[in-house]
Amino acid sequence: MQQRRILDEVAINHELLRGNLATPKWWLPTVLGLLVVVLFGFTLMGIMFNKGLGVTGLNRPVYWGLFITTFVFWVGISHAGIMISAILRLTQAEWRRPVTRAAELLTVFSLLTALFFPLIHAGRPWRIFYWITPFDFARGIFPNARSPLVWDPFAIGTYLTGSTLFLYVALLPDLGVLRDRTTGWKHSFYTVASLGWRGNPRQWRLQTVAGILLSALMLPIFVSVHSIVSWDFAVTPSVEGWHSTVFAPYFVVGAVHSGVSAVVTMMAVMRWLWGWDNYIRPEHFDALARLLIVVACAWLGFTFAELIFGVYSLEAPERALREMQMFQWPWNLLFIIFFLTAFAIPVPLWFFKRVRNNIAMMFWTSILVNIGMWLERFLIIVPGLSRKQPFVFTWDSYQVSPLEWGLLLWSFAWVMMLMLLFSKFFPLIPLFETKESQVFTTDVKIGRVNMPAVIRELD
Amino acid sequence: MAASNSVLGLYDTPDAGANAMDGLKSAGFALGTFDVLTGTPYPEGAFGEHVPQHRLFRFPFFGAMVGITLAILFTAGTQLAYPVVTGGKPILAVFAMLIIAYELTMLGAVIATVVGIIFESRLPNLNLGAYDARITEGYIGIVVECEDDKVEEARGVLQTAGALEIKTA
Repeated sequence: MQQRRILDEVAINHELLRGNLATPKWWLPTVLGLLVVVLFGFTLMGIMFNKGLGVTGLNRPVYWGLFITTFVFWVGISHAGIMISAILRLTQAEWRRPVTRAAELLTVFSLLTALFFPLIHAGRPWRIFYWITPFDFARGIFPNARSPLVWDPFAIGTYLTGSTLFLYVALLPDLGVLRDRTTGWKHSFYTVASLGWRGNPRQWRLQTVAGILLSALMLPIFVSVHSIVSWDFAVTPSVEGWHSTVFAPYFVVGAVHSGVSAVVTMMAVMRWLWGWDNYIRPEHFDALARLLIVVACAWLGFTFAELIFGVYSLEAPERALREMQMFQWPWNLLFIIFFLTAFAIPVPLWFFKRVRNNIAMMFWTSILVNIGMWLERFLIIVPGLSRKQPFVFTWDSYQVSPLEWGLLLWSFAWVMMLMLLFSKFFPLIPLFETKESQVFTTDVKIGRVNMPAVIRELD
Repeated sequence: MAASNSVLGLYDTPDAGANAMDGLKSAGFALGTFDVLTGTPYPEGAFGEHVPQHRLFRFPFFGAMVGITLAILFTAGTQLAYPVVTGGKPILAVFAMLIIAYELTMLGAVIATVVGIIFESRLPNLNLGAYDARITEGYIGIVVECEDDKVEEARGVLQTAGALEIKTA
């Protein structure tokens, strides 16, 4: 923690509540700009519901395309929050403090966005309720619990509910700070939202225990969610390239890779927009980059295992699919871009300390990873379906329609707009965690140098 | 009978706050009638305060039980109510049931834990009593809950310990 700054609580409140107690000049035009894109996206959804799925590029035999790719992508991004927040809390990693809330927030909003895609992909979203809720007593038709398409809503619903509650519990002390700094309707809002938080020892103790207990509960959910998403594909025996036992851990590790990269992107943006140089420091990017190297190498291992077990069997359809993915136009171009952006460019760069401590470099390499990880999901889903299957007698190639690209753009604008709206009303960096770090850290003199030391309670 | 007055002393250092807590103990105020309010989590016992006990760990078990019960009712009930064999799988396919049961068990545990955190933190309690916004700026608040006849004594103890300001509510 060489870059630690000593700050008093007044300064911490002032700097971290800058966006809540006053409105930065860029905030309103940015939110309005994003709102235009969001409204455009909702219009596209309306057109699709009105005209039918024919306005997309989906066609026999490719029934899952950009919507499902984007669904898996956003579920993957959501894995950042719990991975970062829960694991770092459980291990009491000191550098977690400015990272946790942004990561938890990204989980909630990306899951919320992911949920849209299977809904709109259904063409008639309201009919999804027939699949997942046992309400059609009149006709005696009930959900089929044996279908992975029913497992998904349970997994994502659990993860979204749990993540939202996790985020809220950790917000309580900061809502108390906002209550004390506001007047009028805002004061009333924060009084109710903070539930009357006062900051006595009982509440602080429960807050500490809650962080650890909820982390321990959320981690198994985090692993299960992307495993279940992967089973949407892996339990389908008829599509070559999908029916793989390695899919669950492969998807989970891939999700962590893209999710942690998204946290890096978000932290760089937060530092630039709000000028939080004292809180989000190069050392945090350095730590995240080290974590990313480990995750990316594990992900590469799974990618290799998935590929090698596919081709080693020497089954003709499997080999033909891999040949198509890697050597046939245009999949070969996408495959090269995917591999370069998801691994070959960013990971070797992260080996250099100068890159890890350069926020602009970390920002751009993390963006590259997510371009690559989106393409990875596209390359898993679409080529697998594009090959002729038994009992498929008509088929066409899949061309992504402008409407689908529009809805992909909508998803990014939607997440960014939700983030900015949240940032107006709630602090993006946990104030109490930052203050706790100041209380529990002190400088000790060792020989001729002063070293920061973290004091930890025996529990 | 619940105390009708709340007296708050405000201090600018943790040491002064700890002295006030010692003073209240010496003056015979019962444990649990006075408390320390801070804007930062301090190490346990930093103010010589009463360390509270909690039963939070019971909540997730209760929630998990409710969750798994609902999951079994949902999966078994819906499949038995509409017993169509699909893909050659049994009507009650244990693997599929386990996945939904796992998710609902965890969901029940998380919801019950959050309810437990709020309940054990004695929230919601929108009546803050004697309170000062400076507590969330680094000041230490020592709050005493007492009857009318003890208010002056509490104020005296807090003042002696060097309170910057004393408030009564």
